[in-house]
Amino acid sequence: MRRLLNTLYVTMPDAYLACDGENVLVKIEDEIRFRIPVHNLEGIVCFGFAGASPKLMYLCCERGVALSFLTTYGKFMGRITGNISGNVLLRRTQYRWSDDETISSRLSRRFVAAKIINSRAVLHRVLRDHPEIVDNNLRDSLVLLARMPERLERAADGSAIRGIEGEAAHLYFSNFNKLILNQKDDFQMINRNRRPPTDRINALLSFLYTLLTHEVVAALESVGLDPQVGFLHRDRPGRPSLALDVMEEMRPHLVDRLAVTLINRNQISSDGFNVKENGAVIMEDDTRKEVLTAWQKRKQEVITHPYLGEKIPLGLVPYVQALLLARHMRGDMEDYPPFFWK
Amino acid sequence: MMLYSDEDFLLLSGIQHMAFCERQWALIHLEQIWAENVRTVEGKQLHDRADDPFKDESRKKLRVVRSMPIISHALGLRGIADVVEFHQSKINIEGETCHLENREGWWRPVPIEYKRGRPKPDDRDAVQLCAQAMALEEMLQVSISSGFLFYGKTKHRELVTLDLRLRQHTIELSIRMHQLAREGLTPKAQKGKHCSQCSLTEYCQPYWMLRHRPVEDYLSRMCRVEVDDL
Repeated sequence: MRRLLNTLYVTMPDAYLACDGENVLVKIEDEIRFRIPVHNLEGIVCFGFAGASPKLMYLCCERGVALSFLTTYGKFMGRITGNISGNVLLRRTQYRWSDDETISSRLSRRFVAAKIINSRAVLHRVLRDHPEIVDNNLRDSLVLLARMPERLERAADGSAIRGIEGEAAHLYFSNFNKLILNQKDDFQMINRNRRPPTDRINALLSFLYTLLTHEVVAALESVGLDPQVGFLHRDRPGRPSLALDVMEEMRPHLVDRLAVTLINRNQISSDGFNVKENGAVIMEDDTRKEVLTAWQKRKQEVITHPYLGEKIPLGLVPYVQALLLARHMRGDMEDYPPFFWK
Repeated sequence: MMLYSDEDFLLLSGIQHMAFCERQWALIHLEQIWAENVRTVEGKQLHDRADDPFKDESRKKLRVVRSMPIISHALGLRGIADVVEFHQSKINIEGETCHLENREGWWRPVPIEYKRGRPKPDDRDAVQLCAQAMALEEMLQVSISSGFLFYGKTKHRELVTLDLRLRQHTIELSIRMHQLAREGLTPKAQKGKHCSQCSLTEYCQPYWMLRHRPVEDYLSRMCRVEVDDL
């Protein structure tokens, strides 16, 4: 198994990336602020418009380190990687499968079933840990969510599957506020929204989903799959559809629970967010840094992978799932085992 | 005999991977996993040896040619021979000697393959040498009865007799390489002793394949949730 390597996040807008031999340097006004050997890195993500020297880009390409540029708000701008890696035959299989309604539906069922079960598990914790706030809506939702995998199996096609997914998301997010135990007044979710997020929870979730997308895209690319061609999410230029598919099963455990923890432990607070006149909510720099640190720490947590039965760091889940999907496409496995967390 | 067309040629050096493990060959040559690294490493090795195709050694009775591009239409393989020695022969030995341009007399080709490590218990290095010899035979219209494997660790060259059995094995391996290349499928892992010496185990993950659990069981186990406690 590949070692879990770190991703270097550069959040200072005036930072300039350079290299010195085998080291990546982060400079601010010509002063070296940070230095790390390139072999310790899996990826570099720059927020804002930090510059990078061509020599550093060359080093990253040569060593397979994905260098990504995001806006300060976490919108993906671009990525520099070396040669397109992997197997053209594998990508052909992926494209054929994506065009095949039967196969696409089967894989979509896997992604969505795991997402639903994992979302349910997040809500189910409230039942166990805080029975005093359990209401009928939560109870009903848990029952409905539990029955959904069966309904999924009967769903005729992609649009029926997407319909069930939408229903599940609605049930899940309608109970989301119950997970917030501290700072309840400042962190309220009306519904799940983006572009722009109109409350602090949505701003936080969107930012974390962006981080996860980056990791899943890199993982898919590293096993030779095309992140843009998906099964549940249909092709749209610029959209990493396969990454969004594979992410579904990881959102509840990797992102949603982390967001809830950050709020409940008062690691972030309401004044770390900027509310614009039109209601758009933007995270401030310090909050973003806090979230990134928590994200990096979370990725180090060791779990037992439910299918492999092996202990792995949480941060390796995108990579393992990408590998399992590639395995399935190569004919090594008869089906794709999504990631479940219970 | 069937001859391969330009489209179908495979890398001759891959035959050693094939002899070691079919899956390793497929991972490197079909899936291009770590191809960059393998090539980088191979390139470095060449460099370390200061190989230079334009710098041939010549003595009176011996001509040493390095980095000679070779191709065999019968095997469908092409590559580069590390070293081919040409030994001068006083007389023309029919079928074993050839002419060299701008040089007098008759010359007998002897392929030599350099390996960094030690002699292997199997014939994976020998088949590579044999494939090179067969390519040279085709190109020079001679037959070659033996060659050498030079090992960096022992600093010794070992004589390899290119007998019928070795040639047969070489042909079988090349046929199998072409078969896998046509199918485009990576063979399933066969875990064995060789896995411990393989640099690709991280990608191959033979253990996962062996402890294979049916996905259907996994899915139904994971999707089963208790609703009674509500």
